[in-house]
Amino acid sequence: MKIRKRTFGLALYCGLLMLPIYWMLNMSLRTNADILGHFAFYPKDATLMNYINIFTDKAWYSGYINSIIYVSINTLISLATALPAAYAFSRYRFLGDKHMFFWLLTNRMAPAAVFALPFFQLYSTVALIDTHIAVALAHCLFNVPLAVWILEGFMSGIPREIDETAFIDGYGFPRFFVTIFIPLIRAGVGVTAFFCFMFSWVELLFARTLTTTNAKPIAATMTRTVSATGLDWGLLAAAGVLTIVPGALVIWFVRNHLAKGFALGRV
Amino acid sequence: MGLTLQNLDKTVGRQIHLKDIQLEFETGSRNIILGRTLSGKTSLLRIIAGLDHPSRGRIIMDGKDVTGVSVRKRNIAMVYQQFINYPSLTIYDNIASPLKMSGLSRNEIDGRVRAAAEMLHLEKLLGRLPAELSGGQQQRTAIARALVKDAALLLLDEPLVNLDYKLREELRVELQEIFNKRDSIVIYTTTEPTEALMFGGNIVVLDEGRVLQTGPTPQVYHHPATLKVAEVFSDPPINYLKAGIDKGVLQLGDNIRVPLNGRYSSLSPGKYVVGIRSNHLCLSRRHEKDTEFKARVELSEINGSETFTHLKYGETALVVQDEGVFPHKIGTEISVYVSPDAFFIYDEAGVLKASPGAGQRS
Repeated sequence: MKIRKRTFGLALYCGLLMLPIYWMLNMSLRTNADILGHFAFYPKDATLMNYINIFTDKAWYSGYINSIIYVSINTLISLATALPAAYAFSRYRFLGDKHMFFWLLTNRMAPAAVFALPFFQLYSTVALIDTHIAVALAHCLFNVPLAVWILEGFMSGIPREIDETAFIDGYGFPRFFVTIFIPLIRAGVGVTAFFCFMFSWVELLFARTLTTTNAKPIAATMTRTVSATGLDWGLLAAAGVLTIVPGALVIWFVRNHLAKGFALGRV
Repeated sequence: MGLTLQNLDKTVGRQIHLKDIQLEFETGSRNIILGRTLSGKTSLLRIIAGLDHPSRGRIIMDGKDVTGVSVRKRNIAMVYQQFINYPSLTIYDNIASPLKMSGLSRNEIDGRVRAAAEMLHLEKLLGRLPAELSGGQQQRTAIARALVKDAALLLLDEPLVNLDYKLREELRVELQEIFNKRDSIVIYTTTEPTEALMFGGNIVVLDEGRVLQTGPTPQVYHHPATLKVAEVFSDPPINYLKAGIDKGVLQLGDNIRVPLNGRYSSLSPGKYVVGIRSNHLCLSRRHEKDTEFKARVELSEINGSETFTHLKYGETALVVQDEGVFPHKIGTEISVYVSPDAFFIYDEAGVLKASPGAGQRS
């Protein structure tokens, strides 16, 4: 009886959670006339028109490509800078180390809007506006501190004696770091990559401010569906469904690391 | 030739971890560093290894000053108290790791890894990961990794302390055999006097970052130069009694009177502190010259075939170690016997004036 109650509760929770997503999927498979015409729990005349539209119109699919490009660049930059930084914070004591660590975190507390205008001016000056690297760099503002914070937790869980043993064995630092140390914090790297990916993927303000056409992210493209003739509901829903896909894929790939990471480290 | 430490100091913040360490270790020697926890054993070992740098002083290895040389360039091997292995590598790769860095041929590495594994009974475990091994096997792996390269300096920081009793005994014997086959300097730290005595060799008694006494291990055991050394180098800790000598009679505590003879008779009258090891006190008369006194039982600890009886004599706590099982009721008064030639007699400053000598029963 007890188990049934729990199962029922879980089912209800999952149902409520999935309802909006299902509704979006439902809408993405219908035409605008159908959506506005009558209420339906499932599409009677399912059509893939909206998806075909997105995949054939360059203005649409390039939005996805742009987003994926700058998100990947950002994840790579964040990891490449945060790994050495986190190692330093975890292994060395230096003047003001704790303050600096905290200062890094405070970058996450500031609203992105504060930085939008200065960033726009700065990036215009160095002619980086409307490039993928511009958005990737801007997103480092909050992704690098996050990555340092997560990785430092994982690294501090590895005994310092392992580093020392490697140095006694004669390993140079780069070789030790790549062949011994990083495999030990694999789960942490996975978790960090996931968070960087997600935050960069959903961020809209910087991505929109710093791009015009060539590096326009999908979220900005989606605003195109508003026009004088009204809202293109079906198209918008299809774009929304496709936006979920990359995130879901990443979660699928790092799911084991993620569970371990949540249990072990500092997330 | 060998390793020389000159005027080493190590201070961290305002805390003194090591103070004025002057030591010499000869090539091929077995050395024990004995001290309690926090006495600076690990700090000293880390400085010798080059993992930490001394605040002052020099480290000279075979005539060359290596004080500032990085740990990577020194030819050392180290075993930690915790079981430290590379968790992501197999036992084989763990043992092979120091050799891979030295650029030996694959065959040579394989031969040496297998030889080291055989020495430590790890042949059947080479394909496994460290997490799949028991604590004893993990520590064996760490020791094998330290032995596989011919390091000039082999440092072991309480390597057996985290192992269970049986394994410790076993490895202790094996390690002695392994050390004897090597011509590197072996430095081994421990908190246990028994372990120090088993390894023999030379001993350095360390307390609060200072070297108290050095010398061949048995000699230091039989002539602990100060009260502090006697305390560190006795298990259970040595018993003290305030004493005075007057007219050839030693008065211990309030009412124990022992006529002095033999090596003690030359002591001048005055105030002293007498140390008596627990195994020199006895609950039954062993010799007719033994002196008897009364004390109250506080606790009886029975350890298999031995009994440690904790007593109160006046205000002084005493421990008696006796063969056999003697359960005594707490609070009863019992007779304690002490042999008149088992005294370590110290002056008031804690400097050894007379000891029982090695010839006595111990």
